[in-house]
Amino acid sequence: MNATSSDQFDEMQAPDGAVRHAYRDYQQWLSEQDQAWMRRKGFEAESFFRRTGITFNVYGEDDAEERLIPFDIVPRILTGSEWRRLSRGIEQRVRALNAFMHDLYHRQEIIRSGRLPERLFRHNSAWLPQMVGFTPPGGVYTHIVGIDLVRTGPDEFLVLEDNARTPSGVSYMLENRETMMAMFPELFARVKVQPVSNYPRRLGKSLAACAPAGLSDNPTIAVLTPGIYNSAYFEHAFLADQMGAELVEGSDLRVFDGRVQMRTTRGYHPIDVLYRRVDDDFLDPLTFNPTSVLGVPGIMDVYRAGRVTIANAPGTGIGDDKAIYSFMPEIVEFYTGEKPILPNVQTWRCADADSLKYVLDHLTELVVKEVHGSGGYGMLIGPAASKRELVEFRAKLEANPANYIAQPTLALSTCPILTQRGLAPRHVDLRPFVLVSPDGVEITPGGLTRVALKKGSLVVNSSQGGGTKDSWVLDD
Amino acid sequence: MLGRVANGIFWMYRYLERAENTARLLAAGHRMALTRGPDAETEEWRSVLHTLGLLQSYEASFSDFSGAHVSDFVLRSKANPENVLSMFERARVNARTCRSAITLEVWEAVNEGWMTLRDMLARPVRESGLGHALAAVRRESTLARGATHGSMMRNETYYFARAGTFLERADNTARILDVKYYLLLPSLSYVGTVLDTAQWDNVLRSLSGERAYRWLNAGRMDARSIAQFVVLDDRFPRSLAFSYATMRENLGALARLHGHEGPADALMRQVDQQLTGKTIEEIFDQGLHEFLLQFILRNRSVATAIAEQYRFTA
Repeated sequence: MNATSSDQFDEMQAPDGAVRHAYRDYQQWLSEQDQAWMRRKGFEAESFFRRTGITFNVYGEDDAEERLIPFDIVPRILTGSEWRRLSRGIEQRVRALNAFMHDLYHRQEIIRSGRLPERLFRHNSAWLPQMVGFTPPGGVYTHIVGIDLVRTGPDEFLVLEDNARTPSGVSYMLENRETMMAMFPELFARVKVQPVSNYPRRLGKSLAACAPAGLSDNPTIAVLTPGIYNSAYFEHAFLADQMGAELVEGSDLRVFDGRVQMRTTRGYHPIDVLYRRVDDDFLDPLTFNPTSVLGVPGIMDVYRAGRVTIANAPGTGIGDDKAIYSFMPEIVEFYTGEKPILPNVQTWRCADADSLKYVLDHLTELVVKEVHGSGGYGMLIGPAASKRELVEFRAKLEANPANYIAQPTLALSTCPILTQRGLAPRHVDLRPFVLVSPDGVEITPGGLTRVALKKGSLVVNSSQGGGTKDSWVLDD
Repeated sequence: MLGRVANGIFWMYRYLERAENTARLLAAGHRMALTRGPDAETEEWRSVLHTLGLLQSYEASFSDFSGAHVSDFVLRSKANPENVLSMFERARVNARTCRSAITLEVWEAVNEGWMTLRDMLARPVRESGLGHALAAVRRESTLARGATHGSMMRNETYYFARAGTFLERADNTARILDVKYYLLLPSLSYVGTVLDTAQWDNVLRSLSGERAYRWLNAGRMDARSIAQFVVLDDRFPRSLAFSYATMRENLGALARLHGHEGPADALMRQVDQQLTGKTIEEIFDQGLHEFLLQFILRNRSVATAIAEQYRFTA
């Protein structure tokens, strides 16, 4: 294995070369395996994924070819005790997020108390006036949340982003595990790993628990997809299949008799819970984007009459917002009365003149992101940027500072991947998946580990050449 | 199930069946062209293209009728949007759209089939590789059908899959027979000659029925026995009678599931009655060509009625 540089934390190997506790059993197993055999296994995984159709489409590429997210066969491993602390922090954060949404769309105590500037949401397109005064069925706003975490040391886990609209990637979490178990059954006999496979069943149960009261004893759940050309279509189909729910498109749905109904071979059938994987803006052409063909005309009226559950609730995108993100420590404290267990990454809001000045002075050291951006698009990584990129970005920043936030370039933890020359450390992040219902908050142990496959790279997004790993939480 | 998904499944199996039958037809044409002189070769390829409804668009691209050009056009040419590869591709797109209605095994069969054919047909197929490529099309389609048979629940999805398969098969069989009978024989004086026999043999080969037919008829090659076999013999799985027995079964199962019959069932029964209890003599008295033309039209109207009855579109 390559030596790890001292300023970044390697999750498998301590600087003195000792294998860390989480990886001890895995390392023992690995040392007994033939290297060439392991590399063959890596190729085997790829053909497995291609055959089962686990692919994604990349926006903006000419040939709408489906691509594979590269998969690395070395698992990312957390101990049970590391996970317990993480999951407490995640639950605290998700509860705060839901309380925050409810407050924002009702009394707005947090604004009145002066903890959050009103301008942050007043002119924010993710904030929906249609949601004001309305409480979603069961009081749940974010039924499914993905919290992006990064690690910088043994006990240093930070939240990089909250995905509160329609977090994706959970199918990779599940399929990565299936693939690993199919390829290395004896490994799982030796190392006890907490299972993830019950996620779809839990998702179904959690969504059913959020169904509108008094409509149906056995709620009908449907997954709304934009269709096969969407980059996450595989996941939509996968989840519908695993939950035993219908996979619907906008053209299947119609509003009548005060319900959202789907066209079946027997006629129209009402839907109780719609797990939508389309953005707010496309949900209802009567209320939002009038040119949308992905959504259902009139669905917002049905929703506001309490006769369908939309998951996640419209308007939760406000929690995704990177400007709001910078206030999350205050938000957590305000609604839970506790200090946040998981800290934020230090963030400069370029809307503030002082912060902007600092950011412009330190551009080569910082990561600058668009407030509403996602997927690794439209960001600047200062230390890796060319002179020209820096000049161009500086101009953009000065033209519209409120559109940007900046964060330090973190020494993200590394985890080994299998390369042609053996194991080599690469930067990783982690997205655990959280389910929220009136019955409580459930977090699947592990999540999706994304890994930058290029040496030294910090960008883990699949759209930018990142890969994934199976993520283990030890049953210890 | 969703009407859109029923539509997707129905067409997925129609495309798979059509791709397979097209490959069969091409294989029979290829064999015919090899065994006879250059003039006959041109005629043979013309008839293949005519059966597929591609003659006009082919003539817009090519002025000759060589095996290499015809195969390329039918299998993979971008100038022909109905090429075999794009049929398979559409079947796969439908399988993706209906991913949660089919089993993993069916999905894998269709997906791997498409990957195999895409690689195989990435470049023009050389004459020496044609047999191999055509066998691959047949094999991949057969695998998908086998996976369907072996892994799918006998429910609505399955019945739509079977109805799509056999509606398409009935259409394709009727077309193959019609073209040979009506268009190919230069004149009545040819009937019973060597050419005639070769043509009929070719019909049977296009339907993979030559062995069964020979076994049943001890080598007798005449229009009536062959038409009897291809139209009325309900033991032969590519005959019109067999196709409609299967349609009866699957539309019947759908009607039972839904608790009532509809216009599609009535239409299907009308077509079926043209096949059951008829003798081949009665059909020849009416005129085989007229009979087949009418069959193709009615078969098509059954498809339209199924789409309406089961709300394929809004």
